[in-house]
Amino acid sequence: MGRYVIRRLLQMIPVFFGTTLLIFLMVNIMGDPVAGLCGDRQCDPATAAQLRKEFGLDKPVWQQYLTYMGNVFTGDFGTAFNGQPVTELMGEAFPVTIRLTIVAIFFEIVIGITLGVVTGLRRGRPVDTGVLLLTLVVIAVPTFVTGLIVQLLLGIKWGVIDPSVSSDARLDELIVPGLVLASVSLAYVTRLTRTSIAENSRSDYVRTAKAKGLPRGRVIRRHLLRNSLIPVVTFIGTDIGALMGGAIVTERIFNIHGVGYQLYQGILRQNTQTVVGFVTVLVIVFLLANLLVDLLYAVLDPRIRYA
Amino acid sequence: MRGATHAKWAACAAAVALAATGCGGGGDSGGGGGEDGIISSSWTDPQNPLEPANTNEVQGGKVLDMIFRGLKKYDPKTGAATDMMAESIESTDSVNFTIKIKSGWTFSNGEQVTAKSYVDAWNYGANLKNNQKNAYFFGYIDGYEAVHPESGDPTAQTMSGLKVVDDLTFTVKLSQKFSTWPDTLGYSAFAPLPQSFFDDRDAWIAKPVGNGPYTLNSYQKGSQAQLRRWDDYPGPDKAQNGGIDLKVYTDNNTAYTDLIAGNLDLVDDVPASQLKNVQADLGDRYINTPAGIIQTLAFPFYDDAWNTPDGAKVRTGLSRAINRDQITDTIFQKTRTPAKDWTSPVLGEDGGFDDTLCGDACEYDPAAAKKLVQEGGGIPGGQVKITYNADTGSHKDWVDAVCNSINNALGNEKACVGNPVGTFADFRNQIGEQKMPGPFRAGWQMDYPLIQNFLQPLYYTNASSNDGKWSNEEFDDLVDQANAESDTAKAVDLFKQAEEVVRDQMAAIPLWYQNGSAGYSERISNVALNPFSVPVYNEIKVN
Repeated sequence: MGRYVIRRLLQMIPVFFGTTLLIFLMVNIMGDPVAGLCGDRQCDPATAAQLRKEFGLDKPVWQQYLTYMGNVFTGDFGTAFNGQPVTELMGEAFPVTIRLTIVAIFFEIVIGITLGVVTGLRRGRPVDTGVLLLTLVVIAVPTFVTGLIVQLLLGIKWGVIDPSVSSDARLDELIVPGLVLASVSLAYVTRLTRTSIAENSRSDYVRTAKAKGLPRGRVIRRHLLRNSLIPVVTFIGTDIGALMGGAIVTERIFNIHGVGYQLYQGILRQNTQTVVGFVTVLVIVFLLANLLVDLLYAVLDPRIRYA
Repeated sequence: MRGATHAKWAACAAAVALAATGCGGGGDSGGGGGEDGIISSSWTDPQNPLEPANTNEVQGGKVLDMIFRGLKKYDPKTGAATDMMAESIESTDSVNFTIKIKSGWTFSNGEQVTAKSYVDAWNYGANLKNNQKNAYFFGYIDGYEAVHPESGDPTAQTMSGLKVVDDLTFTVKLSQKFSTWPDTLGYSAFAPLPQSFFDDRDAWIAKPVGNGPYTLNSYQKGSQAQLRRWDDYPGPDKAQNGGIDLKVYTDNNTAYTDLIAGNLDLVDDVPASQLKNVQADLGDRYINTPAGIIQTLAFPFYDDAWNTPDGAKVRTGLSRAINRDQITDTIFQKTRTPAKDWTSPVLGEDGGFDDTLCGDACEYDPAAAKKLVQEGGGIPGGQVKITYNADTGSHKDWVDAVCNSINNALGNEKACVGNPVGTFADFRNQIGEQKMPGPFRAGWQMDYPLIQNFLQPLYYTNASSNDGKWSNEEFDDLVDQANAESDTAKAVDLFKQAEEVVRDQMAAIPLWYQNGSAGYSERISNVALNPFSVPVYNEIKVN
């Protein structure tokens, strides 16, 4: 197990370098960001040259990349165009998005798995059909539509929530945006759990457990659910990264100043330092989440063991 | 063990449920009403650090406008430049100016505002080493080339044209005649800076200190700036409210939603998608007034195909093929006004605005358009490609409409197409590299309400914003004469003659003047937008 973890960690190194290089090149081919800094007019050439020098844009790309990576290892992610260090931007944005992601994942786990188990055990009954239809609707409607409707109804028509989240982004303010962000994944979790439960409930070991006379609750939790959760855990694990990076839409609608907002601004302003910095951290989050999933397999099913 | 886990889940769910009920309604209503009431207003994260000579967009400009007062201030209603900190600005030759400032002014940290505060600030702003994006504002001052050379390092630290005479007097020598130069001094790039700026720039930028009616109480970049009334402000335009909270919104739709829900007092950018509802939502609390912004289509005169002897006919023909009235009505819901000249209505007639100047050339007439384009030798390359940036400002909508209008007028489905560019930075990039395949979107927001500002930077040979590289001797001559003319009325007249050259050559097609739009809550009153489409914050009253 220990060797497996170390091997996985070592594998992360080339992935890390590859992705950062790719992002670096992608932002770079968008052209010279200094051109957009002077508004609707040309920067005067001397000032533009000076700015390029300040942001290190006057050097060849490979050299920019090497300098950047060198700095990253000393904890310096460069400076955004508004003069703020990127690490400071991260310090503001990541806690907010992590909170939002936690809320979303919480709903995915609690609601998604509960609904999945309920429908999986009652295949073909009205509850099952109802939930299936509901998930179909949720999956089919784009997140921004759900978000705007929820905002309109709860925020303006009924006045239950504030339509926008304050700059503190407290946990209670994030419940509704978190639910919106989770909605599509939640539907998938429900369907995955349902299928898995439905399959396993016919398996030999469940029948054996029932035959032993174990209480129904214990059969479901200890025998059925534990074995059915493997695909669900995989999905939720990979979803952590996707939720953090993909929160742009939700964050925009509810005015949440998180990672999605910073990335969006960074791309609009072609701010290489911001974009590469944030994506680098997201890549690490993604890799760690995947590692966690693989480790959880072993916990859920002792038969899956990695040498 | 299992029991404990269950209890934990239950507690968690209960906490969520409690929090959910607790998060309804309310919001922050500020610190009471009346004179000390706090107003919340929408904001977008400024692109640059907040420094007077480094801020070139509206969002940062809003804050500078509240915490700084310069020599002149533009009247919120008429746009006229009136003395603020200036006691007098005198000149006999339009080159040498003597500036006296009023005594008794201080920065909010107690430091006196002296002639040195201005001279030091201007020298700082002009110096190439300081990377100030507005450095070119000081370009008229003698000795600018020494501190801001086109290439290489500065050979001097200060401009030779600036001299401190005594505590309250300094002199300025310009490098060329510019009679209306004093009227440019209301722009925030010319604001004075306290010594604390030069002692510790980083600390100052984190929390700027100025001499205006407000002080910056706290500034969390990317989320909020709290401005509070400065009670000891010595100027005549004291703040009528307790302060302004500028809140950063990720999307102006959300800001509008917050206004409707009662969580925000002022939105100074009504989203295009809400223009249909705004009358029903806000009634007379919606403001839609002209601002000093004009949108044009510029041409790549560096491309020989567009710079032919008969080209003016083609360009005029294209101008006549655009149905401005229809586009401003349907696409912009009347938040733009069809352009009748190359300036802006905010200048007023005395300032040089003339709604007859463009005349026929800006009137929609498909038959005449077709004829003119044919006489001029047809469209270069057979197709007009209008380049624009697709990331902001819903430019696609109007470019498509303009193309439709041209196609219909010329009776050719393929006469005009839009050519989107992904980001604004890339768009500016391609303009800078002179790669435009045809006309391109050009917008001009005035720096100061002078007709000079609408013409010289845009059409003078090699001027800073002459992106199409148009060049015309007659125009340049007239502008030089106008700048040398000390009688303002005569100067304006000469500028209008220069503008007629722009019209005859159709150096750029004027499209429409842009309005400023704002909406506000029932909590506040006396809200107005100035000619720069920025709310006049210090005059807003809390009911």
